[in-house]
Amino acid sequence: MRSQTPLQRVQGLGAAHSGTQHFWRERITSVALIPLTIWFGFAALALVGAREVDVLTFFQHPWNAGLMGLFIITLLVHSVIGMQSVIDDYVQQPALKVLSLLLNRGFAWLMGAICLVALLRIVS
Amino acid sequence: MADIPHPHGARPRPLSPHLQIYKWSVTMVTSITHRITGVGLYLGLVFIAWWLVAASMGPEAYAPFLAAAANPIGQFILFGFTWAGAYHLFNGIRHLAWDLGYGFLPKDAMWSGIAVVALSIVAAVGMFVWAYTVRMGAPI
Repeated sequence: MRSQTPLQRVQGLGAAHSGTQHFWRERITSVALIPLTIWFGFAALALVGAREVDVLTFFQHPWNAGLMGLFIITLLVHSVIGMQSVIDDYVQQPALKVLSLLLNRGFAWLMGAICLVALLRIVS
Repeated sequence: MADIPHPHGARPRPLSPHLQIYKWSVTMVTSITHRITGVGLYLGLVFIAWWLVAASMGPEAYAPFLAAAANPIGQFILFGFTWAGAYHLFNGIRHLAWDLGYGFLPKDAMWSGIAVVALSIVAAVGMFVWAYTVRMGAPI
């Protein structure tokens, strides 16, 4: 016998009350990362061997600063979900699992803060 | 493996998956490579952070970064990240096609896997050839 209400059944979330957010967010960020990664590839190529002042000039262009910011944020969201699925698959010991999931989040927030502060310093 | 004693006179049960005698298929290799390149690129975020921080701290801080990047080991690591990025990008598009329901036939999944590997190598080598021949000659 099913004890679900009709609303719970159509929501399809079960006992966990959540389900497909990570799946969807991974797909959405991956679609966004297609043009952003291609842009980053061209940007990196344009700046091969460039002097520091040329890197600053490049990122001080509003389009480049904005795209770099979007690239970093989208990349971090995508990376956290990807690494979390790797941890979910391979780390079984509960304490180690919680620790690695926390380190994963911490790494992403730290990288995000460092990259965005550096970008803001370059732009300002 | 055959001389493992088995109780109740039963035949030995199949021992699978067995890594050394596993027959690797294109789809298996491309799948685990997607994950390995993903983890590698995750760690590569450190280099993007290093690049931006070095650039934000002036020419004195940027010089060691440039020297490390131009060093043969630095170039090898950069090539690794370039290829990993190209592979993860192309194979990611292949995964998105699967999510939409395209390319699931074994034959299609095999040729798309081979195409992704070939394209990623061409893209990474192409970028490095371009960087060495065009860009290095006249830095902006």
